[in-house]
Amino acid sequence: MKLRIEVVAIDSLMVRLFDRIDEANMPWMLAASQRLRAAFGEHLVDLVPSYTTLMLQSDLSPGEARALIGQALDGLQPDTGSGGRHHEIPVWYDVSVGPELPVLAARSGLSEAEVIRLHSEREYPVFALGFAPGFGFMGLVDERLASPRLSTPRKRVAAGSVGIAERQTAAYPAVSPGGWNLIGRTPVRLFDREREGYSLLQPGDRVRFVAVSRDEFLALGGDVEAQG
Amino acid sequence: MKRLKIEASTALCQMQDAGRFGVRHLGVTQGGALDWVAMHWANWLLGNPLGAPVVEVALGGFALVAEQDCVLALAGADLDARVDDQPLLPWRSFGLAKGQRLTLKQPKQGVRAYLAAPGGFQGEDVLGSCATVVREELGGIDGRGLALGKGQTLTFAGGSPALREVPAAMCPCYVAKPVLDLVMGAQIGDFSGTSLFEAFNRDWTLDSRADRMGIRLLGPQLAYQGAPMISEGIPLGAVQVPPDGQPIVLLNDRQTIGGYPRLGALTPLALAQLAQCMPGAVVRFRAVVQEEAWREQQALLGRWL
Repeated sequence: MKLRIEVVAIDSLMVRLFDRIDEANMPWMLAASQRLRAAFGEHLVDLVPSYTTLMLQSDLSPGEARALIGQALDGLQPDTGSGGRHHEIPVWYDVSVGPELPVLAARSGLSEAEVIRLHSEREYPVFALGFAPGFGFMGLVDERLASPRLSTPRKRVAAGSVGIAERQTAAYPAVSPGGWNLIGRTPVRLFDREREGYSLLQPGDRVRFVAVSRDEFLALGGDVEAQG
Repeated sequence: MKRLKIEASTALCQMQDAGRFGVRHLGVTQGGALDWVAMHWANWLLGNPLGAPVVEVALGGFALVAEQDCVLALAGADLDARVDDQPLLPWRSFGLAKGQRLTLKQPKQGVRAYLAAPGGFQGEDVLGSCATVVREELGGIDGRGLALGKGQTLTFAGGSPALREVPAAMCPCYVAKPVLDLVMGAQIGDFSGTSLFEAFNRDWTLDSRADRMGIRLLGPQLAYQGAPMISEGIPLGAVQVPPDGQPIVLLNDRQTIGGYPRLGALTPLALAQLAQCMPGAVVRFRAVVQEEAWREQQALLGRWL
């Protein structure tokens, strides 16, 4: 961990902690996030965590903000316990809702069952939310599952679709365009304006996908509508 | 409660306010009026909080009829506004009698006009704002992110404040070839020397590929020589340079994180100026440092105190 504070906009600074994507960053990122929220309080406008950085927008002057960041992160220690919730997210892995499931299997020389096992046996940290409300970038998936984005993105990906891009994985909270390799679908609502905190996933949470049958998927409220 | 019936609208006529904050870490974008200066004046004319919900009309095509006598305010672009057949210039509040029709037809100067009502228009508060973000299905009259549509009703609860105008010296003028202040960002040193010279000394033309997420600019090709970036938070006004070397200014409905290198970010005042430029218009960039830009912005905000 090497702290750098960079200018990004008139009222925003980038707090850079790392230079590469790594699950081991997460306890540091969580701790830094908590300390910055506490230190800025009402002066914080937005704090946007990503893989290696926290973008901080405040109503303080740039000089004051910079000094307060330095002060808040002095002697930073990783958060190894309390931060980040665990989620188990049910997924129906099937070609009818995850058209790239056989593609990934063919590319890696694995069976579809192996692909499903590899995807669902790891616990993934949520590195960042972005692209759409509640869309969590998670990883890293087993190297054998790594797959480039589709050369032509789909115009319409169904809500709940679970996909892989390179070594990252995510679930689409709502219908949207998208270029990830789809391998299944979850019945879970990932973004709900009526829920406290709105988004099921928060940066720093940990997720394990759990394979369920079509019947379980439907019983949990899943929708089998085709991909566009 | 007073009511206005919408008789004509387009996808670019939306309820907006100061935007949605405290939710960027969830992937929720900012939204809000693209020309915040004009929104401030429209609300100021009626004694409203400066970020109260307004109607943003881009390019015209909007009409409504008053169901009661009321007072409204108009600021921003001159979209050839009429009250019935009488021309109405922006930067003033005005009376609209029951049955009278307000139309905003087409751009004469500028792009975006802001219509305000006493107490602010009523919309569903979603995540702290009624800013309409169509892509995220958030905001607007019913909270579902829809643009304003023909047949819908705008409502507001305020009274009828005395008519007033924005002092002439305070009215922004939408000049040809505005110079846009750009706060230099951390990656600026990773562009080639030639690119930096060109970024701040050449004309940039607004592409027709422009929406509330961002505006593409056409001009010399800028070369980034730094290492590939890992996605990180994107501030309002970021000037990012994708591999084709043509910059994109990211606006209120931008994605919250991204991995293209940036020259920096436009100041709020520069963003308000840009919001009034048509595709094909020419702009220039002026490099400024963060602390100085911040002080100038504080002084500007003092206008409305």
